[in-house]
Amino acid sequence: MTVTDLVSYEDVLASYDPVMGLEVHVELGTNTKMFCGCSTTLGADANTQTCPTCLGLPGSLPVVNATGVESAIRIGLALNCEIAQWCRFARKNYFYPDMPKNFQTSQYDEPIAFNGFLDVQLEDGEVFRVEIERAHMEEDTGKSTHIGGATGRIHGASHSLLDYNRAGIPLIEIVTRPIVGAGARAPEVAKAYVAELRELIKALGVSEARMEMGQMRCDVNLSLRPIGREKFGTRSETKNVNSLRSVERATRFEMQRHAGVLNAGGTILQETRHFHEEDGSTTSGRIKEEAEDYRYFPEPDLVPVAPSREWVEELRGTLPELPRLRRNRLREEWGISEHEMQSVLNAGALDPILATIDAGAPADQSRKWWMGELARRANEDGVDLGSLPITPEQVARLCELVAEGSLNDKLARQTIEGVLAGEGTPDEVVDKRGLKVVSDEGALGKAVDEAIEGNAAIADKIRGGKVAAAGALVGAVMKATRGQADAARVRELILEKLGVEG
Amino acid sequence: MADLTRLTAAETAARIAAGDVTAVEVAEAHLARIEAVDEKVHAFLHVDREGALAAARRVDEKRERGEKLGPLAGVPLALKDIFTTEGVPTTVGSKILEGWIPPYDATVTRRLKEADVVILGKTNMDEFAMGSSTENSAYGPTGNPWDLTRIPGGSGGGSSAALASFQAPLAIGTDTGGSIRQPAAVTATVGVKPTYGGVSRYGMVAFSSSLDQGGPCARTVLDAALLHEAIAGHDAMDSTSIDAAVPQVVAAAREGREGGVGGMRVGVVKEFAGEGYQAGVMQRFEESVELLRELGAEIVEISCPSFTKALAAYYLIAPSECSSNLARFDAMRYGLRVGDDGTRSAEDVTALTREAGFGDEVKRRVMLGTYALSSGYYDAYYGSAQKVRTLITRDFERAFESVDVLVSPTTPTTAFPIGERADDPMAMYLADLCTIPSNLAGNAAMSLPCGLAPEDGLPVGLQIIAPAMADDRLYRVGAAVEAAFQARWGHPLLEEAPSL
Repeated sequence: MTVTDLVSYEDVLASYDPVMGLEVHVELGTNTKMFCGCSTTLGADANTQTCPTCLGLPGSLPVVNATGVESAIRIGLALNCEIAQWCRFARKNYFYPDMPKNFQTSQYDEPIAFNGFLDVQLEDGEVFRVEIERAHMEEDTGKSTHIGGATGRIHGASHSLLDYNRAGIPLIEIVTRPIVGAGARAPEVAKAYVAELRELIKALGVSEARMEMGQMRCDVNLSLRPIGREKFGTRSETKNVNSLRSVERATRFEMQRHAGVLNAGGTILQETRHFHEEDGSTTSGRIKEEAEDYRYFPEPDLVPVAPSREWVEELRGTLPELPRLRRNRLREEWGISEHEMQSVLNAGALDPILATIDAGAPADQSRKWWMGELARRANEDGVDLGSLPITPEQVARLCELVAEGSLNDKLARQTIEGVLAGEGTPDEVVDKRGLKVVSDEGALGKAVDEAIEGNAAIADKIRGGKVAAAGALVGAVMKATRGQADAARVRELILEKLGVEG
Repeated sequence: MADLTRLTAAETAARIAAGDVTAVEVAEAHLARIEAVDEKVHAFLHVDREGALAAARRVDEKRERGEKLGPLAGVPLALKDIFTTEGVPTTVGSKILEGWIPPYDATVTRRLKEADVVILGKTNMDEFAMGSSTENSAYGPTGNPWDLTRIPGGSGGGSSAALASFQAPLAIGTDTGGSIRQPAAVTATVGVKPTYGGVSRYGMVAFSSSLDQGGPCARTVLDAALLHEAIAGHDAMDSTSIDAAVPQVVAAAREGREGGVGGMRVGVVKEFAGEGYQAGVMQRFEESVELLRELGAEIVEISCPSFTKALAAYYLIAPSECSSNLARFDAMRYGLRVGDDGTRSAEDVTALTREAGFGDEVKRRVMLGTYALSSGYYDAYYGSAQKVRTLITRDFERAFESVDVLVSPTTPTTAFPIGERADDPMAMYLADLCTIPSNLAGNAAMSLPCGLAPEDGLPVGLQIIAPAMADDRLYRVGAAVEAAFQARWGHPLLEEAPSL
């Protein structure tokens, strides 16, 4: 690997204009594979979800999964694409041991969907239109596990294990047109596009689109051209960038690397690059000296796909509200700022918040707990909000307990802690830990009296009109009741007993 | 009792159903015949003695229980070694699949079993069905029962030779450019390439997916029709299989035998004549046309100008598709693996395996096809060939506007000596000159015997071509011609073959 000096981001932008192209593969959540009846469930033992067709045995033939085609059309429609009246599959011929037939059944010059766009909203609310060149159907390959090498790559491995459970799982590849005009915001646009696409796929219900599970994978193509030049520069293709943050980092790194090479008088090689999560860098993969020749030709084993216009319109009728529009609607309903909404999105809190509202909690309370205590805990534990061991229903119950005065915020936080620690439901935790607010006026009155007696000097100050000093007495009462009192009520009692107006 | 191996399939099934003979006796008679003659003929690559006897026993048990038997129950059959058979070796005539035991049955295999047909074994063929002589088999050539020093046609030479040497009354072939019809022609048997999509390709090892078509082989037109109906019909496992009723070919064969060509219009393709056509072949063909006229058909000369480009188009399309279809033979999952000594890369093992496992003709076509599909050449080769294919289809459509069927010689010459064309691919390719257009257009065609060429005493085939999904016309015309010729000759032509 040749080390290239990275150019500072500001210097990149002073001289160059970035051009991006994003290719996203989405694994569809169909029950069966694209061309056979095998199950697509994750986590099965190796090679147990295979048949003659997805193993590419001699004589086997593919049959198209109708649900796969339907999902592809719905994705195309949601991306504002035209849907082909008639299109074919094509064979993409190349060799790799985890590809059973040594060709991938894909689509070439006749994609099912083409000429669309996706509007993505940046953090400051600006809307950027990303043009979609095409979305096409294809099948996934098997999976190779290389044994004996240091890095898990094939280089240096003693042998490789092949698992064909994934072979034939339906994929939709979504390819943008060159994204120009993003300038300094290119990395942000790239990230926002992939995020928006993921939300869209999830809203359509065609895939869970979990990037960490490989259900959605992104290749980032990037080139720089000197400012003012029309012609695009040579691009690099960073493969399998598999988180939103990585998409942003990879784009930024490649911009800085390209500028370094170009400034030094070098030329960018057209190559694939690997992204490294640890430091956000990329390294050289395979050099494409000549464009690889996949010898595409129409797949003779499959008949053309010709979706009727009636069916396409019927599917258009099933499209959900676009995620961006839905977010804007919610933002207005909740009366929060763009910035606050962005924080909700960045935290991955939108779905849990909505689920908690569905479970009966007020929107502001739902937001408060998910964006507050729960976000903090998720962050500390380094996990997604969604994977915390607490359900939206439990958070809604928590909100209810606070609203009826059974818990104060402090006790509610302790309740959350208990739920997360696996001690049971909010009600069980409250019971076991004895967290109910002390609302027995007699017990509370006694605690207040003791606090006044024990802090005569402060009590005098309060009597003298220094109401602000009441905080110290409230603290003493709260300490004495181990936090189980309603602080507001304690304050009221103190002022009342000392004959002062609050 | 008469020799059971000389019966037709229809007669055999009738005798078994009537209880005159058991299916086991029929199977044993054929297994004995195989044992007696196949050392000389080499029609079979694998004889499944146990499987055949078990299937025959099931038929006899059914009969004993009083169950109704199908029209081919208990009839022995020779299956081309290109169809997968669960638990029984399938080599496609290639070393690369030596030792492979498929875990599943082809749809054709399954339907034969469901029809209680007794599968005797797997027949020899040109490797991956690439050839016209069966000399390209990795397991040695097959002899033509008419003259064992000559080829039995190809690629389905094992199937045609098995029929002509009375080792089986029925066989299955596949026809990509003539591999059912040309072997039928040179052995005086009957072979039909059904309409593309008429018979499922699931489990039929692919050579050229858009051209390959499985079909029936027999010694009589009626037997071929019975087998046709047993294997044809829509299959959900093959997207290209036609979802429509199977043409009524058995009824057509029966009607044709009663003299049913009166008033039919028969086209003679002008382009199928001239240089390269053996005089005796043309003589027998012209007599056949004359016979059809006598039977009441109207004879029309038809020109199909694009047919002259069919061979060129075929030798771009078929190799292109095969270069992709054969890519899966990489030594990773099944079949031969050479050089895997723990030091070599996967790529090296694949290369060594292919070098050892594929024969010359297969390598030649894979290379041709790889080149024809490559970027920058695709339009000039594969693209142009597809255009020719469209033109040929249009020539057929035009012809069928004015005639019901077309006729021609099946192949330009009689069986040539083994070795004569082995080193001359172009000469070999010419054997399929008259058969290839039907594969390119996807229509239906039959070859049946029309006499022996005077100069060499070897069989000549008459080809009948019908529009797609009009397979029944082949049987109507074929049965009429067959009946008329047999009336003239006094016996089936095969009886003139030397005894082995």
